[in-house]
Amino acid sequence: MDFFNIKNVSKSYSGHQALTDVSIDIKKGQVFGLLGPNGAGKTTLIRIINQITAPDSGSVFFDGKPLKADDIYRIGYLPEERGLYKKMKVGEQSLYLAQLKGLSRRDALRKLKYWFEKFEIQGWWDKKLMELSKGMQQKVQFICTVLHEPQLLIFDEPFSGFDPINANLLKQEILNLRENGATIIFSTHNMSSVEEICDHVALINKSRKILDGNIFDVKEKYKTNTFDVVYKGSFVKLENALGANIQILQHNETDRVNELTVRHLNGGSHNDLLMAIAANAEVLSYTEQIPSMNEVFIRVVNENN
Amino acid sequence: MNKIWIIFKREYLTRVKKKSFLILTILTPLLFAGIMFVPGYLATRESQEEHKVAVCDRSAIFLGELKDSKSTCFYFIPEDEFNNIKENLKTNEYYALLDIPQNVLNSKRVIVYSHKQVNLDVKNHIDRQIERLLEDKQRAELVERVGIPDLEEQLQATKTNISVETFKMGDDGVGKKGSTEIAMGVGYAAGFLIYMFVFIYGSMVMRGVTEEKQNRIVEVIISSAKPVQLMMGKIIGLAAVGLTQFLIWIILVGGIILGAQSMVSTEDSSQTLENQSVMMTDNPVAAQVMDNMDADNIEQLLEKFLEILEGIDFTQIIVFFLIYFLLGYLLYSSLMAAVASAVDSEEDMNQFMLPITVPLIGAIIILANVIKNPEGSLAFWASHIPFTSPIIMMVRIPFGVPWYEILISISILAASTFGAIWMAAKIYRTGILMYGKKPSWKELGKWLSYRN
Repeated sequence: MDFFNIKNVSKSYSGHQALTDVSIDIKKGQVFGLLGPNGAGKTTLIRIINQITAPDSGSVFFDGKPLKADDIYRIGYLPEERGLYKKMKVGEQSLYLAQLKGLSRRDALRKLKYWFEKFEIQGWWDKKLMELSKGMQQKVQFICTVLHEPQLLIFDEPFSGFDPINANLLKQEILNLRENGATIIFSTHNMSSVEEICDHVALINKSRKILDGNIFDVKEKYKTNTFDVVYKGSFVKLENALGANIQILQHNETDRVNELTVRHLNGGSHNDLLMAIAANAEVLSYTEQIPSMNEVFIRVVNENN
Repeated sequence: MNKIWIIFKREYLTRVKKKSFLILTILTPLLFAGIMFVPGYLATRESQEEHKVAVCDRSAIFLGELKDSKSTCFYFIPEDEFNNIKENLKTNEYYALLDIPQNVLNSKRVIVYSHKQVNLDVKNHIDRQIERLLEDKQRAELVERVGIPDLEEQLQATKTNISVETFKMGDDGVGKKGSTEIAMGVGYAAGFLIYMFVFIYGSMVMRGVTEEKQNRIVEVIISSAKPVQLMMGKIIGLAAVGLTQFLIWIILVGGIILGAQSMVSTEDSSQTLENQSVMMTDNPVAAQVMDNMDADNIEQLLEKFLEILEGIDFTQIIVFFLIYFLLGYLLYSSLMAAVASAVDSEEDMNQFMLPITVPLIGAIIILANVIKNPEGSLAFWASHIPFTSPIIMMVRIPFGVPWYEILISISILAASTFGAIWMAAKIYRTGILMYGKKPSWKELGKWLSYRN
């Protein structure tokens, strides 16, 4: 059962097409990566999910039912361009945002206490926001996003502005939230973090969805049948033995071992390749090149353009 | 509705809890008093500076007759020194040189030479002195020529000074002692207060919206509340701040007037004086009365003043003040919020603000005219056009305005305010999320028709 569905959504702003017939299905407990170049339409899609703006056509379902006004209490949103009131005290500010998300003052206080203790920032309560560093402000904002325990969380570039230690802390928190049952939409340009935490990705380019799938399937789909082989033996002998079906991309000889990068054309089986090599040299290691999400992103977007 | 309340509370409390709010609320009336009284005080000091005027009297009528004033002293000089003094006015001790020709009785013309343009005090004093002497001289000659006994005394007796006392007849046929000056003072104060409140609190709304847009906090908030809720919460919250300030002022002024009344009964004139000066700081009406006052019977005048104040229906004025303030403020601040939401930079802001502030400033400009003629057609129209009516109608009300006119004026204003809020909400919800480019008026118009 899908937790969140976007069905054939289109949206345009005065002549500019922001989304064209986009459909996305998100399962409960998933970390869903929403990818795409700048200006592709990701922010518009996120705003539609948050009901900040409405689609021109298409429909949105939350837990099987059409999205309704009250659903904003079940969603937490950390926008890419974020900010809080600079001159307001951290505590008051967090309480205010929590109350806007429908928490009672008492509940908000209790939950804030828990999070402030968890992040060890109790001392910030009475400080004005502008007295904190940018990274500290981001922490406060993160707490405000998750405080009302939303079932759906949307993080837009959550790691920007964090040092590696805090970024790691945040990543752990995001994974914890998933453990506790939250579904997460994660939008970023940082592909290594996508590989680390996403289960599923969708790629939007020029207002259309051009790729959608489980992260392993996507990578599988875009691999190029290229292998790195480390062996002992004569390169010349090996080169002659490999047929026209195997293309040698790179060759490197050192004192002890040789390295070879080959591409298996016409989709033969792994064993064919391995046996062809093994018959002529001693194979020390054999690895298939799996494309990184970064490579997939660049390739897919370029092909689409 | 609950969201508006939460936003309202934040907007209200963050401002009222600031120390600067309390300080400004108390200091503003003092500041205004300062603005009113310091120039007057300086003027009295300046006039004590002495200006020496050399007089070359070729007619030989005026010798020893010209009286000095605080600021002007006459020194008669022989005719042969005339050129010397005239040429050295820049360096010598004389401020000016008065040249009275021989035939002054016929030509009725004198000349004043000076290095700097002579100031009004000195010019007026010379004018009055010479006129008086010439008139006296001619009258004396006339009296002597016609030969009627006691003519001088009889002419003196024809001089009359009349005092006009005004009573305003209520609907019940009971007359109340009124005062044109007081009505003018109250009208002016009320109109100006509305102008000030609308301007100050309208700008606060504008700055608040800009802050939220520039901080980017707006995206967080409108993922929890509707843009129109955010806008209305802010506008209403700031209106409440304004009303709080107004309430504090009413309590202050009311306390002072009550204090003044009790002081009058204790008949301690030195304290009354003190009291009077305190009162003036808070009440521009008092300042007007002060002008006409003879220092000797301050107490008597104060009693009279309080009597006249009792004749003014303050409840009516305060009620209408609140209505016009709220409606006028809502009208202007919603437009300002719309503009602030649509633009990114200060420079663009000024360009869009101009058309909004022009009618407001225009109202203050025609105020002077309206206060002289509160029944005129300018007053009538300006008190019905919604952009000026909050200020102009408040100026007219102390003079008495038919109830149906007030009703029509309020209805037009309320309808316009409603329309402005509706428009502003549409522009706001689109504008608040637009970054980077400056919208044109045409685009703002398009936003009105956006569905969401």
